[in-house]
Amino acid sequence: MERTAYYRNSVLPWLLLAPQLLLVLVFFYWPTSQALYWAFTLEQPWGGGNAWVGLQNFLNIFRDNAYWATVLRSGLYALVTTGLSMSVALILASFVDRSLKGTKFFQSVYVWPYAIAAPAAGVAFRFIFAPESGLVGSLNEIWPGLWNPAINGGQALLMVMVCHAWLGIGYNFIFFLAALQMIPRSINEAGAMDGARPLRRIFDLQLPLIAPTAFFLLIMNIISSFTDSFGLIDTMTEGGPYGQTEVMVYKIYFDGFKTLDYSGAAAQSIVLMFIVIGLTFIQFKWVERRVHYH
Amino acid sequence: MSQISIKGVKKSYGKSQVVHGVDVEIEAGEFVVILGPSGCGKSTLLRMIAGLEGISAGEISIGGKVVNDLEPRERGCAMVFQNYALYPHMTVRQNIGYSLKVARVPKAERDARVMAVAKSVGLETFLDRRPGELSGGQRQRVAMARAMVREPKVFLFDEPFSNLDAKLRVAMRAEVRRLHRDLGVTSVFVTHDQIEAMTLADKLIIMNAGNVEQVGRPTEVYNNPASRFVADFIGSPAMNLFDGEFDAEGQFLYGKGGRMAVPLLNGVRSPGRKVVLGVRPESVRRIGADAHGAIPAVVDYVEELGASRLIHAEANGSRFVAVDTDMTEITSGMPVHLSIDGTALHLFSAEDGRRITH
Repeated sequence: MERTAYYRNSVLPWLLLAPQLLLVLVFFYWPTSQALYWAFTLEQPWGGGNAWVGLQNFLNIFRDNAYWATVLRSGLYALVTTGLSMSVALILASFVDRSLKGTKFFQSVYVWPYAIAAPAAGVAFRFIFAPESGLVGSLNEIWPGLWNPAINGGQALLMVMVCHAWLGIGYNFIFFLAALQMIPRSINEAGAMDGARPLRRIFDLQLPLIAPTAFFLLIMNIISSFTDSFGLIDTMTEGGPYGQTEVMVYKIYFDGFKTLDYSGAAAQSIVLMFIVIGLTFIQFKWVERRVHYH
Repeated sequence: MSQISIKGVKKSYGKSQVVHGVDVEIEAGEFVVILGPSGCGKSTLLRMIAGLEGISAGEISIGGKVVNDLEPRERGCAMVFQNYALYPHMTVRQNIGYSLKVARVPKAERDARVMAVAKSVGLETFLDRRPGELSGGQRQRVAMARAMVREPKVFLFDEPFSNLDAKLRVAMRAEVRRLHRDLGVTSVFVTHDQIEAMTLADKLIIMNAGNVEQVGRPTEVYNNPASRFVADFIGSPAMNLFDGEFDAEGQFLYGKGGRMAVPLLNGVRSPGRKVVLGVRPESVRRIGADAHGAIPAVVDYVEELGASRLIHAEANGSRFVAVDTDMTEITSGMPVHLSIDGTALHLFSAEDGRRITH
């Protein structure tokens, strides 16, 4: 039964909507439309007018090999962080779901990372991964020169991705745990009676049943890995060494605020926006079909 | 040799003990029903046999092998759960065949066995549906088929019919009985429904508050309840129970000045002995006012059952329930006279509630 509220006063509903509308307009539609406009114009670095250039900004970035490298790197970044964060969170959630001793304690402990701001975590992980002194740095005492993210781009990227994944674990963990606990205990027990070992039950029974949650988390994680990496990269590597940790958001920031190429940066943010929209769309279109909702 | 042997089995969660030492022997091919009110530990006992709960003390063996430390999969039991516990993302075929798949039975054999079992419970046309598309009765059949397909040594049923409506319950009861007759597999069935228990059981185990009150054939339990609890729990309407004591002349004193001659209890009538006297409603009859030993009572209310009726009456501050087949008009507040069949009395100790043989 659909229920509709009617207002005699035609202004009141708009007043009630106003705070939310204002927020969305000021912080989303206005900047987005501004970026869209800039993407089709050439903006002067120090202000003072612009010129309409049509698709020139887009053609420029698409012709730039460095840009494509950034796009590929962002894709890799998204895959690795999402995969790592979700699988670790799922493993932890399965452990906690088995309700062993100390479950309550770990339930809260595993969520804490989510409460840490990305830049703070970035600084902490810089110490952990510091080649001279950090935990990982002790590898250098065994194999000198093995680990140095300051000069090895691959290691730098790995470091940032691990940190990003770590930050997301708490969020993923809570959702996975809630989903696992929604499954009636007797289904797991029926599996045990049917002869399936715990690992087998996880793959055959629990994973299919938490698929809707996993699907939701997949979307959230991929979006987050495309858009939330800025704080980490800025505190940990500033895109270096030699731009090897530069992902799309960081390049937008760098081109826009460091090299004052507003128009190029605006065009890039539009591209990023469409990538995220497109990915979400594809996921809903194709992945959701394979998910059983009950 | 018994198929399942339970010796001194206890279960505690932390400090609270829920099963206080159960000793039961279950013979091969027997259909055993564990009956008791909710919270009596009957499901816990079943789950300990299944291996889903640890055993705090004592020993359970199945087929002569102690299973205390074995995983459920190593015990050769199949279980039907109260809420069916079907796998919602699998078809009926996959649900039934899952245990065979886990056991790596080749696909052709698996399909054949699933089909055979599905046929025996009338599910062959539903094999490609998911549990969500089935009715309660059909889901119940899937749960039973899933247990049967493994050809287990023991069937365990944990209140399997409690989610079904009354009519379906009767039908499923008949089906379970038929399957047991055909397959002859040792079965342990937990329920709180005494009709279900009486009609299904070869052997009845009555549990209360973590203890076994009585083990026996249904008629044995009905005719010779071993304790006040069993007397009260088995039988519908419940047995009339009167707290009282014997006086110096061997009469039974109960309620507010009630006095009953109980000549057949000769051996146990020691004056001042506090006892509970029980008599089933079908052994209480309505008689004429002038008959010998008639107890004058006042009708409280009458329950019509069609072929008979139950008269709830009060006499000497005690409540009586009588089965009445004489259909003359009776209304609330009417005086009636009741007589008790002296050969059908049950006597229990007032202290521990155990039966006093006489």
